[in-house]
Amino acid sequence: MTKKSILQVNEVSLSFGGVKALKNVSFNSEEKSILAIIGPNGAGKSSLLNVINGVYKPQQGEIIFKNTVWKNVIPFQAAQSGISRTFQNIALFKGMSVLENILTGRSLKMRAGLLSQGFYFGACSREEIEHREVVEQIIDFLQIQHIRKTPVGRLPYGLQKRVELARALAAEPELLLLDEPMAGMNVEEKEDMSRFILDVNEEYGTSVVLIEHDMGVVMDISDKIVVLDYGQKIGEGTPNEIKNNQRVIDAYLGVSD
Amino acid sequence: MFYREAGQFKKSYKEDQAILPILQDKIGVVVILLIAFVAIPILASDYWLTAILIPFLVFSLAALGLNLLTGYAGQLSLGTAAFMAVGAFAAYNFELRLPYMPALVSFVLAGLTTAIVGIAFGIPSLRIRGFYLAVATLAAQFFIPWLLVKVGWFTNYSSSGVITTQPIEILGFVFDSPAKRYFLVLSIVAFLALVAKNLVRSNLGRAWMAVRDMDVAAEVIGIKIMRTKLIAFGVSSFYCGVAGALYAYAYLGSVEPDGFNLDLSFRILFMIIIGGIGSIMGSFLGAAFITLLPIFLDIVINEGAEILNLKLAAGVTSIMQLLVFGGLIIFFLIVEPLGLARLWQIAKEKLRLWPFPH
Amino acid sequence: MSFFLEVLIGGLLAGIMYSLVALGFVLIYKASGVFNFAQGAMVFFAALTFVGAQEKLGFPIWAALIFSLILMIILGVLTEKVVLRPLVNQPPISLFMVTIGLTFFVEGLAQLMWGTKVYPLELGIPDEPIAITLTRWGLNTDAVPNVLKEINSFDLIAAIVAGTLVAALAIFFQITRVGRALRAVADDHQAALSVGIPLKTIWAIVWSVAGFVALVAGLMWGARNGVQFALVFVALKALPVLILGGFDSVPGAIVGGLIIGALEKLAEVYIGPYFGGGIEIWFAYVAALLFLLVRPEGLFGEKQIDRV
Repeated sequence: MTKKSILQVNEVSLSFGGVKALKNVSFNSEEKSILAIIGPNGAGKSSLLNVINGVYKPQQGEIIFKNTVWKNVIPFQAAQSGISRTFQNIALFKGMSVLENILTGRSLKMRAGLLSQGFYFGACSREEIEHREVVEQIIDFLQIQHIRKTPVGRLPYGLQKRVELARALAAEPELLLLDEPMAGMNVEEKEDMSRFILDVNEEYGTSVVLIEHDMGVVMDISDKIVVLDYGQKIGEGTPNEIKNNQRVIDAYLGVSD
Repeated sequence: MFYREAGQFKKSYKEDQAILPILQDKIGVVVILLIAFVAIPILASDYWLTAILIPFLVFSLAALGLNLLTGYAGQLSLGTAAFMAVGAFAAYNFELRLPYMPALVSFVLAGLTTAIVGIAFGIPSLRIRGFYLAVATLAAQFFIPWLLVKVGWFTNYSSSGVITTQPIEILGFVFDSPAKRYFLVLSIVAFLALVAKNLVRSNLGRAWMAVRDMDVAAEVIGIKIMRTKLIAFGVSSFYCGVAGALYAYAYLGSVEPDGFNLDLSFRILFMIIIGGIGSIMGSFLGAAFITLLPIFLDIVINEGAEILNLKLAAGVTSIMQLLVFGGLIIFFLIVEPLGLARLWQIAKEKLRLWPFPH
Repeated sequence: MSFFLEVLIGGLLAGIMYSLVALGFVLIYKASGVFNFAQGAMVFFAALTFVGAQEKLGFPIWAALIFSLILMIILGVLTEKVVLRPLVNQPPISLFMVTIGLTFFVEGLAQLMWGTKVYPLELGIPDEPIAITLTRWGLNTDAVPNVLKEINSFDLIAAIVAGTLVAALAIFFQITRVGRALRAVADDHQAALSVGIPLKTIWAIVWSVAGFVALVAGLMWGARNGVQFALVFVALKALPVLILGGFDSVPGAIVGGLIIGALEKLAEVYIGPYFGGGIEIWFAYVAALLFLLVRPEGLFGEKQIDRV
């Protein structure tokens, strides 16, 4: 291995009550790579993502992000260290416009105090404009200029997903977690989204961990694939290796006795 | 026809982010401010000033405070009146114990005191939400007036618990007429409304709304939930505290702890529901509506009875108030949950196109 | 010690009255996820209708009872249909606020119909220590321990009524088809709908039952304190009970009521004097609040897992 790893998941186990969502899952993801997690519904993919940025606390195991070992990380810390993400069921702030939603992604970088904000003076007004400029670049990049002042609730599904990606990008993350970024999209929208993900990865060097069901997309864009089934890792490797992995094929197609 | 933004181009983000990006709105606000600051003090009668305009402004400020907490940060509070009580009695004690303190300084200190109390009562919001929290804020509503009554020091050992406020004096200038008091209240309210507007359009306001709309997502993008909620409680209570101080000093002149009861809290909640949850202007519209409605009802009922030659049973007005308030709340929440502010916005959007259909 | 017991028993019995009101909240919350702030107003409405029908319309007690029950059912069903149905899928906080509006409306309506007078409500239950009642009935009280002699007959009967009501509701919801359907609805609206449970009928039934519970609570509270506007504040007493017991638990409402009742009386007697009395008004809230910080879901409530 020549490349440094940015994220290592070590022996993570998670259960809700009696239900084991994850059993001893381990994998690592290299810097500036795109890693896809696949598996049937209920395999624990979203739970795994939730463990990585601290939304769920695993009973066992640890996460190593950029050489720091996390046993019990909270989402805020994860955000601070450079992880941002999108959700399976879009988690935009419904009462705000597209622009405001994306600006919330810059929260960690804003420093203005209460008084400065109250008077909209000094640090605050300077910051608002600086960050607006960054956000406008992201808006251009994702081609959502025309909807910047629209309340997100009024947008169609595909665009909401795009806005959510924009919000995650606004934080300038080192690691981007995407939970089914293309669910429910048509072919054209999927192509757009794939291109955005590849561009982000190439232009900003952002590492990506994504969950996706569309095998075509997964095979096309990822450097590495991790396969989960019933909370266990049953395969790991490059797209080509996964294609020929017997266990994976069995899990997806069912074993014939 | 006249309300058009065509031809007004914004050349910088600064212009785009201004509070009033459209020229006509700027003119409108200037006109309103001129009327409020110049025309009304000259023209309005003392009755209008003391019975309608001053309470309207004071309630607007309290509604604004509640709106920051409930409308923007999504934390429902049923304890607004209790926080107003803290403000009123804090101001009274600052004035009493530090006699040369300008009234304005007392009001600010009263606001800060209330902010601290508000933050203390906001701590449960870190673990509970929704109506659990609303019920928890009732603890403040019952505890604070009780404490103010029981601990004599707060009321300067007044046997009835009633305090009479000191004259409002700032550096030797005494606000001794309704017009002067109106002017003072208006200045404070206008200033604080501007600050509120600034807060909600900057990072803090976005953090509040993010916590309101989806707290898990907010935390994931790096918003400190705890800090954001507590600041909301603090800022909101500051507003309610100053409103309470003005309620005592500029409006009633003498108050007692039990006057700040659950009914008052509900009344302020109704203002933001009817005026518009999550809208600065809505707070003012709602306050105007709820202040004027009882007066209006009273006139209608009494005049109506006179015309129809009916003898009114005792308490009819208060029964009608209950029915109308209750009915309106239900109506607005079902039909226009964003209140009068939203109706105003829709009217503006229509006006933008008028007289053409598209 | 016997004084302590006396206070404790008094508190527990008073607590049952709180449970009675809390029960109405829990039923509606379980079935429709609405926290019905207007339950207190419904209690007031029920009690006022019951006495109003006798005083103004000259109904005998049994007719007044049936009449108020019918009105309560109409009120419940109308509330569900007109006020809450249009708000399905709105955030819980909007639903909560609409019930505050409803509170005002129902309070106004009750007084519009029956006036603002304070009525006494006579159910024929003696309001005196049990020893006196028993003696009056010609019974020997020597065998009764002293602590129990002091118990108020009214409180005891209220406790029995509340206990019976709870048992009846428990049986109703455990055994009958409606009960099973209700539990299914409480678990998951969508799933319940998809297996063919008539959601609207269930809601109508639940609101009717809540109206019935309000009537019983109204009669007991009215008989105790007179039927007056202050009755609406009874609901405020029930709220800490709900926080403590959990909004969705019938046993929680009962146990919570008992705990709050007992705590409140004990605090008033043993802690109150240090504060100059009157702590009853907020003590329950503060106690419930402190408890919440430890266990946000309440004693019997279900812990919620955030899904993202």
